[in-house]
Amino acid sequence: MFRQAKNGKLMIEILPDKCDFCGCCVGVCPEDAIELKEAEIFIIDKRCTNCAKCVWSCPIEVIRFNKEGVSL
Amino acid sequence: MKIEYDIIVVGAGPAGSMAARFAAEKGVSVLMLEKDRDVGYPVRCGEAISKAGVEEFISSDEKWITAHINKFSLNSPDGSEAVVEFNDAGYVLERRIFDYELAKTAANAGAEILTRAYVNGLLIENDKVCGVKYEYRGEQKELKAKIVIGADGVESRIGRWAGLKTHIHFKDMECCAQVTASNIKIDSDTLYFYFGQQYAPGGYFWVFPKGKNIANIGLGVSGMVGKKRSALSYLNNFMDNNYPAAPVLTSIAGGVPSTVTLKKISSPGIMLVGDAARQVNPLSGGGIASGMIGGSIAGRIAGEAVKMNKLDHILTYDKAWHERLGKRHETFERIKNGIYNFSDEKFNKISHSFNKIPKDKRTLGRLFTTALINQPSLLVDIAKVFVI
Ligand SMILES: Cc1cc2nc3c(=O)[nH]c(=O)nc-3n(C[C@H](O)[C@H](O)[C@H](O)COP(=O)(O)OP(=O)(O)OC[C@H]3O[C@@H](n4cnc5c(N)ncnc54)[C@H](O)[C@@H]3O)c2cc1C
Ligand code: SF4
Ligand code: SF4
Repeated sequence: MFRQAKNGKLMIEILPDKCDFCGCCVGVCPEDAIELKEAEIFIIDKRCTNCAKCVWSCPIEVIRFNKEGVSL
Repeated sequence: MKIEYDIIVVGAGPAGSMAARFAAEKGVSVLMLEKDRDVGYPVRCGEAISKAGVEEFISSDEKWITAHINKFSLNSPDGSEAVVEFNDAGYVLERRIFDYELAKTAANAGAEILTRAYVNGLLIENDKVCGVKYEYRGEQKELKAKIVIGADGVESRIGRWAGLKTHIHFKDMECCAQVTASNIKIDSDTLYFYFGQQYAPGGYFWVFPKGKNIANIGLGVSGMVGKKRSALSYLNNFMDNNYPAAPVLTSIAGGVPSTVTLKKISSPGIMLVGDAARQVNPLSGGGIASGMIGGSIAGRIAGEAVKMNKLDHILTYDKAWHERLGKRHETFERIKNGIYNFSDEKFNKISHSFNKIPKDKRTLGRLFTTALINQPSLLVDIAKVFVI
């Protein structure tokens, strides 16, 4: 089973253990689909359109595009 | 804590603290909410600022100054260096202490501060913002306010919740990686900049001294570049080539919204300041001083609006900001687009011509003029910078 984005299966994956919680990805996300707390980050699946802008903006390669889909 | 505030500021960075302080100075009730445990930490910044930028708001204090800057060293891809001297131009800060001191000035003016308070929504009535929803130590809460000021940094979502279009186009996001490292032997009064494809295409690489052979070393590249290669990989490359054995004290990621200010930075019940409003100087990527200026203007106007019982008054903030700095940032943005697109050869050529000028005449103005030999259309824009 895959996680479900706004337009089909979710293909964006954050590696939370590696995240620095800097907010670059949140700033560029056109759908307001990323929640970022002091030391916690996650994608709000039903808002995400898999546009990959967060992937391109992460300075330290913590978000990945996974075209197979992200499992539940 | 009160059950209702005149003004709630979200985010306790330099912009938020100045908004809270200038509002509180008008004698209205102010609460500043910060999601992190500590004000001023973690630091995501090169920490360079001009002396004038600081002293508009707080007297210089060695407690948070790590280096006094007198020179800029601009390095071209072929290794040639152009040095521009200034006297007493500015500082490299210890922002961990600096941001804390700024928040203290807000507290001294009467503002209340609550950390570990994560704002996750707005209260909206009749299309007007009238408070915030927030999570505090695991509990979901609400607080009413006449005016909410969003000072929530590059990751700002407050504006979006109020219906303002605030997300940053990824090409305008300078995606940064930085280390603070020791055993870095550089002049402690010089900011070092590196330009060119190998360092930071379309942006720049910096080495800023913090005294005692410690330095902030980092770079920013547009998300457009990040699509192909991350900031981190440029940073690792630089460190491997230049300081392979340097102990790294801190490493951070960060983003700078490097573009002109948002078209709309206020609407009924809400104002945006600092990075949240895109008040960063787009040419340098510096946002501490300009954020404090934006915050102070917004805070003052918000305080006045409450005092006069005329909340519409906050809508005058857009114009006040535009006149003070917004207009100038538009010019900086055009210059940036000209300069950062220079090819490596062009950077080299400028540096060589600049170094032919007698040493005592090598000013920043002359450097720009030299740059212009290659790009005459920039002349008009640069002239404007020195005139306004
Ligand atoms: C790598 C890097 C290097 C830089 N170098 C320089 C430099 O040398 N000189 C310079 O002038 N500028 C520099 N900048 C830019 C500068 O750091 C910023 O412009 C400046 O910090 C902006 O201040 P601010 O108050 O708007 O936001 P911030 O300082 O980012 O503060 C925002 C605050 O809001 C809080 N917050 C966010 N969301 C919420 C929420 N939902 N609820 C509660 N709190 C929230 C955050 O935790 C944060 O404390 C650099 C930036 C980066 C990333
Ligand atoms: S893929 Fe696009 S919509 Fe999804 S989280 Fe990333 S930026 Fe947002
Ligand atoms: S941009 Fe990368 S490091 Fe920064 S918060 Fe997003 S995932 Fe984490």
